[in-house]
Amino acid sequence: MSSSAATGRPAAGIELSREQGLLLEIAARTVRERWPIERVREHLETEGRGEAAEALEREIAELGWYGIAIAEEHGGAGQGVADLVPLVEPLGRHLVGGPFVATQIAAAALGAAQDTGLQAHWLPRIAEGQPLALALFEGDGSWDLDEPACALRREPDGSLRLVGEKQFVTDLGSAAGLLVSARGEEGPALVVLEHHQLDGVERTPEVVIDLTRRSTTVRFDALAVPGDQAIVGAPALAALRSAQEAAWLLHAAEACGGLQGVLDVIVDYLRSRRQFGRTIGSYQSLKHPTVDLLIGLERARSLLYHAATVISRPESSAAERETALRMAKAAACEAFADAGDRAIQFHGGVGFTWECDAQLYLRRALWLNAQWGDPLHHRRRLAGLLLA
Amino acid sequence: MEKPSAAELEQFRREVAAWLESERPEPPDFLLPETFLEVGTDEQLEYLRAWQRKVYEAGYLGMAWPREYGGGGRPAVFQEIVNQEMQRLRVPFVPNTIGLNWAGPLILQMASEEDKRRYIPGILSCDDIWCQGFSEPDHGSDLGSVQTRAVRDGDSYRIRGSKIWTTLGGHAKYMILLARTDPDGASKYAGLSFFLAPMQVPGITTRPIRKLTGEYGFYETFFDDARIAADCRLGEEGQGWQIAMATLAFERGAAGGQAGGLSSQAVGVGDVVELARRARRDGRPALEDPIVRDELVKFLIEERADALCRERAAIPALVSERPAAIALSGKLRTSEHRRRLMRFAQSLLGAQAARWVGDPGVVDGGLWQRSYLNTFSSTIGGGTSQVLANVVGERVLGLPKQ
Repeated sequence: MSSSAATGRPAAGIELSREQGLLLEIAARTVRERWPIERVREHLETEGRGEAAEALEREIAELGWYGIAIAEEHGGAGQGVADLVPLVEPLGRHLVGGPFVATQIAAAALGAAQDTGLQAHWLPRIAEGQPLALALFEGDGSWDLDEPACALRREPDGSLRLVGEKQFVTDLGSAAGLLVSARGEEGPALVVLEHHQLDGVERTPEVVIDLTRRSTTVRFDALAVPGDQAIVGAPALAALRSAQEAAWLLHAAEACGGLQGVLDVIVDYLRSRRQFGRTIGSYQSLKHPTVDLLIGLERARSLLYHAATVISRPESSAAERETALRMAKAAACEAFADAGDRAIQFHGGVGFTWECDAQLYLRRALWLNAQWGDPLHHRRRLAGLLLA
Repeated sequence: MEKPSAAELEQFRREVAAWLESERPEPPDFLLPETFLEVGTDEQLEYLRAWQRKVYEAGYLGMAWPREYGGGGRPAVFQEIVNQEMQRLRVPFVPNTIGLNWAGPLILQMASEEDKRRYIPGILSCDDIWCQGFSEPDHGSDLGSVQTRAVRDGDSYRIRGSKIWTTLGGHAKYMILLARTDPDGASKYAGLSFFLAPMQVPGITTRPIRKLTGEYGFYETFFDDARIAADCRLGEEGQGWQIAMATLAFERGAAGGQAGGLSSQAVGVGDVVELARRARRDGRPALEDPIVRDELVKFLIEERADALCRERAAIPALVSERPAAIALSGKLRTSEHRRRLMRFAQSLLGAQAARWVGDPGVVDGGLWQRSYLNTFSSTIGGGTSQVLANVVGERVLGLPKQ
């Protein structure tokens, strides 16, 4: 929060932009109509992405969502990443598992990279709906992006080669390109590969806990990288910072959406299921913990829109941004996992079956926890920021 | 009313802060209560009453109430700034909370012109302390079961029965009273009526209740055929339940229109962080202990989230699905947060947590222990957390009643 030096009072914590307000309702309706739970179920049984998922992706692209946060000079609408929050919430709520979020994180990275060539090449393509995949995480499980083991090596002849392994690369199959982080000569570097450059690169599908995700391990064995596809030095660091901010915000939005979705599942069940001659939602042992989940949602959503507000303000300090974003990510993921856990329990025996939808939300919550830092990780970093 | 500019508000904030800094009263030589619920002695009340009068006379109380009844007639944002600055600068609280924030807005909303002129100025100046007669010995959170009778007798009502947890009852001039006018009503709710009742009449007596902390502040109020004028009734006979619910909406902050002012000087997360800095664990500050740090961060996240919830509740597009969720869960969220926070503070005291107020070796005069036990007044008073969880579950989530 920015504050007035004179009085130390924080500026308003939540502001909703006109664009965000307009998108809220449209996005909620679009995703709800296009992606009912039956679609999610079909998608689970489909190898790869499936026709329905591709149709939804096309529609999202046609609606212009991919370009909302991209600068106008590159064919976008010139809004910020905060304006994506109303779109990503319903994607999370309805368990959509496509390349939208990863692509927006890649766009945020490129937008901050000060590389006009790569920006001019990629941002217009993203704006029209071509997805970009992310290869930022590795086998050591670290969520800090500063020290990748994967290396961008300079050969004696001056050429660049990429060596190492990247994990949890989602939706690689349909991606137009891949953003890879690597250790360069002067700290972290980024490489943007075209899809065709992955021919011959070893790609191993992963079996992941969120059944809606298509995720891959990629191993680079001295892949040649043209110099104009690499970002090094300060611009690479700026790009990684920007990717991280976008990722924390959009994953918090996805978790908030999922939390709303699973709360709906719980409330529907508690209002319809009867046992011992009563509707089970009348039992306080179920009612009260469900109210706790609602409180978790209200708090998480307030922190989410606060984080969106803080990062949209040019005067926010780096510490203010980091604090607001980590709080939003920690609170949303914690509350979503709590709700997924309780959703299974409250369904009783049915909750333990494959057919019960509660597990789909818990699996999504556990996946989101594992992406870009779980709640404990973020709270540990927040302790450093808040308890100096 | 014209919307004040940001610069105007910032200027106002500076003025208020300067005034509060220079005019705050000297700390007394006795222990002040933590909130308006624990005002137990005359000297405590007179100290706080003088402070409220001073704040009001400076124009910093009831700023959004109409001028004709003694208010300031200005946009509510000015009062909000005063409230924030009072909180931030930790000045004493103003004691007439029930008048300022529960009875006052109710009177302004629905009482006659004559009643507004009669009651509102004394609420603001603190000449007239108000109390609330809702709960009864056998019916705490279950207000619909109120048994105190009000029997019409010519131009008056005769009141018989008793009320309990009457905060400031021994000092009050008026009570907002819920009583049963029709014992044979169509439902238990239909037979209730609402009164703005005088307290200094024959047949009304009060007896102080000693709290778990040893402090006073609550009273039991007995009505032994006490006679009050018929025009003390607010609304029609039988409307008592609806009016009581409207009062609770003000009390719980679910409805706006309060006069403002701080009603407690309670410690918060920031104070617990400072305690952790002083407290020792294994020869080092407790603030360096990773478990303590994680607990503190969780409390800080909740505190910020609850403050932000109030802002989000005012943005319709961001609360469209469950518009009442934030308001109806407000007391539940914040009172339970405080209870857990103060319980955690006990663990920071280590072995010294065993001492109590009055012991020469007790840390900070026993503030932490007293504060923890007092948090139950807000998790129980105004509807227990369990009753409120029912209210939220049923009215917000649409879950069936028991």
